[in-house]
Amino acid sequence: MVAPTPTIVTLDLLRWIPLIPLLGCALNLFFGSRLGKKPAGLLACAAVGASFAIALYVFALLPATGVFRDTLYTWIESGPFRVEISFQVDALTAVMLLVITGIGFLIHIYSLGYMDQDEGIVRFFVYLNLFIFFMLLLVLGDNLLLLFVGWEGVGLCSYLLIGFWYHDPNNAIAGNKAFIVNRIGDFGFVLGLLLLVTELGRQGIWTLDFIELQKHVGSLDPATIGVITLLLFVGATGKSAQIPLFVWLPDAMAGPTPVSALIHAATMVTAGVYMTARLHFLFALAPATLTLIAMVGAATAFFAATIALTQTDIKRVLAYSTVSQLGYMFLAVGVGAFGVAIFHLFTHAFFKACLFLGSGSVIHALGGEQDMRKMGGLKSHMPATYWTYVIATLAIAGAPFTAGFFSKDLILWQAYSSAHGSQALWFVGWLTAGMTAFYMFRQLYMVFHGNCRADSHVQAHLHESPAVMTVPLMVLALGSIFSGWLGAPEYLWGSRWEGWLEPIFGGAHEPHHGALDLEIKLMLLTLAIIAVGIALAYVKYGRPRAGLEPGAEAGGTLYRLSLHKYYIDEIYDWLLVRPFTTISDWLAQVFDPGVIDGIVNGVGAGARGMSSIWRGLQTGNVQHYIAGFLLGTLALLAYYLGQP
Amino acid sequence: MAPLNYYLILSAVIFAIGVIGVLVRRNLIVILMSIELMLNAVNLTFIAFARFLGSMEGQVVVVFVMAVAAAEAVIGLAIIIAVFRHRQTLDPQEMQLLKW
Repeated sequence: MVAPTPTIVTLDLLRWIPLIPLLGCALNLFFGSRLGKKPAGLLACAAVGASFAIALYVFALLPATGVFRDTLYTWIESGPFRVEISFQVDALTAVMLLVITGIGFLIHIYSLGYMDQDEGIVRFFVYLNLFIFFMLLLVLGDNLLLLFVGWEGVGLCSYLLIGFWYHDPNNAIAGNKAFIVNRIGDFGFVLGLLLLVTELGRQGIWTLDFIELQKHVGSLDPATIGVITLLLFVGATGKSAQIPLFVWLPDAMAGPTPVSALIHAATMVTAGVYMTARLHFLFALAPATLTLIAMVGAATAFFAATIALTQTDIKRVLAYSTVSQLGYMFLAVGVGAFGVAIFHLFTHAFFKACLFLGSGSVIHALGGEQDMRKMGGLKSHMPATYWTYVIATLAIAGAPFTAGFFSKDLILWQAYSSAHGSQALWFVGWLTAGMTAFYMFRQLYMVFHGNCRADSHVQAHLHESPAVMTVPLMVLALGSIFSGWLGAPEYLWGSRWEGWLEPIFGGAHEPHHGALDLEIKLMLLTLAIIAVGIALAYVKYGRPRAGLEPGAEAGGTLYRLSLHKYYIDEIYDWLLVRPFTTISDWLAQVFDPGVIDGIVNGVGAGARGMSSIWRGLQTGNVQHYIAGFLLGTLALLAYYLGQP
Repeated sequence: MAPLNYYLILSAVIFAIGVIGVLVRRNLIVILMSIELMLNAVNLTFIAFARFLGSMEGQVVVVFVMAVAAAEAVIGLAIIIAVFRHRQTLDPQEMQLLKW
């Protein structure tokens, strides 16, 4: 079960991977406005580009079973408890590094074009670089506490960037919502972390270092591990937008589109998946938690997909799709296939970033319009955007030989065949795959095909986006196809991916060879439902002169439920927010002035009342004092003379 | 020679006059004079005891007390003059700002 301790090699280069973006952030923060918009943006891009180059270099150096480590200094030292600021790269971190810096770099470049006209572009790049720094801290940290620092940091950046256009109160509210919902999750995370530390400390092991943890968690009793993993998973549901804490992610689309692509699709929201994969040795010891994770993941995948079916906002469809795909990842985690979860994370980063940036390109061309009912027919106006969008849509739908095909099939296969999997989990995932194909092609048809439904004023200004935006799209589109080829199934050319992550996850998931027939059959079944999904989308939205979006009443109750996101926001509002604000109001308007102020004022009034008796003695007249003095002296005198 | 008690009684009477003066008079200068009375009453006691006990120490103390009293009178008067310039009065009842 426990993987052998990897050989640790010191590599001082690692510190520069996060520090360069931090430097870029600091420079832009203090001198950005003096540099001017363009140089500030280029500086930010260069910082991330440099990180990417170093990450590539480190990736090339990384031996199969080795770990690179770079210790900066001791952060906390308290008795036997010691936490270092120390970075560590193994195969898992290397994958995350490449995703974050690579896709981050592309999105930075894209932002140069997308945010071109924005007043706050310098601030934007400051936040973006800061985000990259924290995200790198999250994946590079060699202990749980450093991971947590990054975890909180990306949450902060997410908040700042969702509310980037804070002049609109709705955006600020969306930012608050994201932050508060994440707080709930983080609370679970902190509790889990503290429990882990104290329980291990009780056995005399004071450490948060992943490698050390891996050696020692076996000594904890299973019930404790169950509680710890559950609490950590609560943190993951917050950050990675799973049921019940997924509500913030769709609202997070209020931020600029590159932010949605970078933070709310490719990187930050996958932090929960990364965390569970990083602590796979812990989760593997808690089968009950894994079962729960699998169920939550499958439920989220399905549930979010049903919502995505009817949304009309181009970015909201993608947001629910992200929630759904994250559900897939947790499904994989839940059945013990951590490597597969990371594989889907990897491919998803490409095609979802591509889709978001493509939608950004569309929104840019339409002057800020996000309603798909007012789009259509953009194919001829924006060929580059269209074709990259098609590729990414195919990839997320799972068309053969695209990235999504490989990773999603692997997840479904693991859900079916793994020791923790079941047919029910597979079935839910399978249905979701069909819905994914449907809603993505629905979107494709509504946005790019048919007649243009934008008003004439907007139509006159339709334009393809500049190269600074389309080139990243093309790179991501290529990634949307080829990134999946690393993890091909047995019946094709076999997976390089599994071998790559094998040393980390060890025997955490057992390989299932010798069931190729079944695997191929399941794959064909999946392809079938994907084809059905695409066909349905074509019939409903793709045919020439097909009806436009039918009104909400056309689809009946289910349609309305989906369109209104099952009224989840309303239910949460009614169940949680309202009581909370009601209590707060009562506290603020009744309790605080009455009781809190009453106590404080009461203490003051009491002191005043007591003193009013005695302060009469202090007349200010010297002669009265002398009289008192005399009386005292006489009393003393009488006392001593009275002594025998 | 008159008995010691006579001296002590005289001294006590003078001291009491001084105390009453300090307590009841409405003029700072008179109060200062009353303080001098009290000091000298004490001096008288010292001298009386020194004489009757045949010791020099009481006389030494008296010289000290006189020196201190002279200094006290100087400073006291200086303060009184300063106060008068400031408040145009010497009545201690008019000087009660230092209270709650």
